[in-house]
Amino acid sequence: MTASARLPAGGRIDREQPLSFVLDHRLLTGYAGDTLASALLAQGIRLVGRSFKYHRPRGLLAAGVEEPNGLLTLGEGGRRTPNVPATVVELHEGLFCQRQNGWPSVDFDLMAATSWLAPLLGAGFYYKTFMGPRRGSWMFYEPFIRRAAGLGRADHLPDPDRYETRHAFTDVLVIGAGPAGLAAARAASRAGCRVTLVEQDFLLGGSLLSAAIGSADDILRATLEADVAAMPNVEVLRRTTALGVYDGDTVALVERHDHARPDPSKGEAREVVITLRARAIVHATGAIERSLVFGDNDRPGVMLAGAVRTYLNRYAVAVGRQAVIATNNDSAWSTALDLAGAGVGVTLLDERIEAGNGLADAARRAGVDVRHEVRLCRALGRRAVQGVEFARRGGAIERRACDVVGISGGWSPTLHLTSHTGSKPTFDVGLDGFVPGPFAPGHYGAGAIMGTRSLARSLAEGHAVGDAAARHVGAAASAGSAPAPTEEAPTGHAASPPDRAPGRGKAFVDFQNDVTTRDIELAHEEGYHSVEHLKRFTTLGMGTDQGKTSNVDAARHMAALRGIDMAAAGTTTYRPPYTPVSVGALAGRSKGTHFRATRRTPMHDWHLMNGAVMIEAGPWLRPWYYRWAGRAVGSAYVEEMRLVRTGVGISDVSSLGKIDVRGPDAALFLDRVYVNAFAKLPVGKARYGVMLNDDATVLDDGTTARFDDNTFFMTTTTAQAAEVMSWLEFLLQTAWPELRVQVVSVTDRWAGMSVAGPKAREAIALALPGVDLSSEALPYMGVREFDLDGTPVRILRLSFSGELAYEIYVPADKGTSMWTHLLEQAAPLGMRPYGLEALASLRIEKGHVAGLELDHRNTLDDLGLGAMASKSKAFIGRELAGREALKKPGRWSLVGLELLEPTAKLRGGAILFSRHDALEGHGRGYITSVTWSTEHHKLIALALYEDGRMHEGEEILCAYPLKNEIVRARIVSPMFVDPSGERVRA
Amino acid sequence: MLRIPCPHCGERDYTEFRYAGDATKTRPAHGTTDARAWHDHVFLFVNPKGPHREHWQHVQGCRQWLVLERDTGTNAVGRSWLARAGEPS
Repeated sequence: MTASARLPAGGRIDREQPLSFVLDHRLLTGYAGDTLASALLAQGIRLVGRSFKYHRPRGLLAAGVEEPNGLLTLGEGGRRTPNVPATVVELHEGLFCQRQNGWPSVDFDLMAATSWLAPLLGAGFYYKTFMGPRRGSWMFYEPFIRRAAGLGRADHLPDPDRYETRHAFTDVLVIGAGPAGLAAARAASRAGCRVTLVEQDFLLGGSLLSAAIGSADDILRATLEADVAAMPNVEVLRRTTALGVYDGDTVALVERHDHARPDPSKGEAREVVITLRARAIVHATGAIERSLVFGDNDRPGVMLAGAVRTYLNRYAVAVGRQAVIATNNDSAWSTALDLAGAGVGVTLLDERIEAGNGLADAARRAGVDVRHEVRLCRALGRRAVQGVEFARRGGAIERRACDVVGISGGWSPTLHLTSHTGSKPTFDVGLDGFVPGPFAPGHYGAGAIMGTRSLARSLAEGHAVGDAAARHVGAAASAGSAPAPTEEAPTGHAASPPDRAPGRGKAFVDFQNDVTTRDIELAHEEGYHSVEHLKRFTTLGMGTDQGKTSNVDAARHMAALRGIDMAAAGTTTYRPPYTPVSVGALAGRSKGTHFRATRRTPMHDWHLMNGAVMIEAGPWLRPWYYRWAGRAVGSAYVEEMRLVRTGVGISDVSSLGKIDVRGPDAALFLDRVYVNAFAKLPVGKARYGVMLNDDATVLDDGTTARFDDNTFFMTTTTAQAAEVMSWLEFLLQTAWPELRVQVVSVTDRWAGMSVAGPKAREAIALALPGVDLSSEALPYMGVREFDLDGTPVRILRLSFSGELAYEIYVPADKGTSMWTHLLEQAAPLGMRPYGLEALASLRIEKGHVAGLELDHRNTLDDLGLGAMASKSKAFIGRELAGREALKKPGRWSLVGLELLEPTAKLRGGAILFSRHDALEGHGRGYITSVTWSTEHHKLIALALYEDGRMHEGEEILCAYPLKNEIVRARIVSPMFVDPSGERVRA
Repeated sequence: MLRIPCPHCGERDYTEFRYAGDATKTRPAHGTTDARAWHDHVFLFVNPKGPHREHWQHVQGCRQWLVLERDTGTNAVGRSWLARAGEPS
């Protein structure tokens, strides 16, 4: 640990506001305005982590989102967040963080022994070595390998924080608040547009923030910020990252509030995801500096030159006292000059023959030792850099002692977002980097993203595109004149492609994933030549930094090996998100019960107050079973079944889909959509119907009643209600607009309850004494509508359970009063409520198919419903039902099963085999529904089985590999109860 | 995120709609007994890259089925009209 690196004055930090934070249980201090990274460097903490694979000591490389090394774990408990770059964390009081990937600690890491194994650990090593000798070997080794490699660990506690989602619209979105972005926002707002300016940093200014306080660039920054702040039509979003650009110029933004330590109990959000629709987008995302590739270039203290300058000027941290700056372009000269100005000894190594205008003179005046046409070979030192070796091309190696190395391998425009729009990057030889391809209409770029290195030109471009974007969205006012730079910065002399270094030691390309030049050579030898293959073979660019500093270097290295140019090598695909985003932010409030809407029946509150245990059925909450019948579902549903088979019970069927079908052609319409005839259904009667899809698979079943010539009341299954409704609307609006029919979903308008059991008629007679329930007045499948004290009531005599049963419908707001009225009046008969489990079990016993059997692959014949299809009329699906494959033997069809081993279990999903089959593969069918039969006192099931009913009486095997069970069962008729239907007609 | 113009409700997010595919095909008349015609209608689709017409239903709005012009190459959305009304002249 070295002494404080903080300079006595300067920087954009507030020395009046010291902040305490904890690193690895040590209490440290920084200032407001610091990032976690600058605060650590100010404390002299260089070693921030251990590398992914080799556990090499690592320090900070960068000062922004591109940081590959300085990943820390932030927070504790449910707030614990691993792999956060220290460079993007705004320091706040009480910040708690830990370094990662060292054992027992990052400072003393025994796992660094993997470095000695390094020759074995090249790209592809794991997969090649641990794949053998048997299939499944990788599965065995993987957990051990993951423990040794890998970065921080997440916790498994619920996140206590709140995350919000917001939708927003704007005219012109400007992404990035550097000089170009500020100029664009200024111009577009002056032209009269609604402007949204987003900046991932907590300060505006971009590259200008790295200029010394009081310098011309600093004054320019303040002016631009004031200009933008003065415009009421600009919304400035700081600490906000544009994650991705999507169709329709929709941009996903995430706004972070960590610095304010939001309190979820006050409704304050930690992060907000904003879905912003913009009419025009200005991309002013800047550029990211690349590193140089040389031996041991990952030693702590080797940093991007731009980052060294940022730490010096913005945070008043002199990272070292003796600096070596190595570069292939002009930008690093600013770092050298500013370091020299702060009293740091500087040696500048430039790979080129000469630098931009006036730089050499300025450097000489500042006392910088400049060397041209030399390149770095190797960094010296281990836990901190202690010097460098460098050489002229073909010349002898020289050494220079230093404690910081600033490197610059050129700049890569940040074209992630433009690539999301489909704009393919092109290689600019003069810039030695990829620039965005042509933009879609309404998209503009300005500044460093376009390869522009000059400040004056960035400002002019920003102003011009801000104005153009304003014109694009129809703004009429003048944008005024462009902001003028106070002084021209270096001209941005063209970079030369960096040479590959000849020195010893590992030369890292991707620091985060420990990918070296040797790995790229190996990929080349193995034939993984394209950048996409290279990426997958070496994992290059697949870390949380997504290779922001390394992808171009890797492509260059491979291009050299292949003897092709960079344009031909290309880039890998850029995909959202630009920087990592927390899952919590993406989920927003859509978690737990808010994940989706919950539908409740009109009698919901009654169920809760009267001992119902509820269960989710699709979006619905329905009573599963009632506590009167037992404490657990296994015993309760059997008790409830007994009640219905021997007495009378009532269940809530409000969730059934209900559709009002009305109009002069309603009967004709139903005749077309159901396989069976409906045109001649008499008024006052209901009929069970089945619908097919166009391809002849079964879509849904249900009962439809006719209340007058032109009015039908259709019910659908709970699960398919929305699907059927859309399908009917589709037919009426697109295929048969000539039919005079209206369909309206009335699911929520009617409360439904089924009164079932041998005593059902008596029960209703007690509750509704004026209604004639005799079989003559209300026969099986008869319906009746009447008025009860001003309330319309519909009674349909139909049965799902196989017992005498009535469905009673009343308007939703009368549901609970009718329900309680029925229960109170029928109390002498012992009527009680029964839940979904018993309801489903009763129908299994009766052999009624439901959602579990209707798997959208079965035909009418498969379900034993073939006889329902009308021979005398056309219906949807009729023609394709005759397809050869649907008529062939061997199809899986509906059967009943009874268990032959009293102590065993039948299980839904069990795979069925004949007794002579080998027990492997998909078998001859599967069990769809299982229940205890109160009639037969054994477990029974419905199943789909190859050529089903032809095997009736046969003994088969039910395999359930998840529990290692194989049990014997017999194929029987699926109608376990009252096959002749006497009970329902009683 | 696509924005879809609904003739009744105005421009809305595509999340309010459901998609039902190709709107350039004509459904065989009800009662057509030619199984080949049904086969072609149900199973055979061209999958063009470029301008296309699709059926979308505004399920969370007016519940009308629309014909929407969409470029499958660029996702650019064009005109829309009610399916029952037919293309405006």
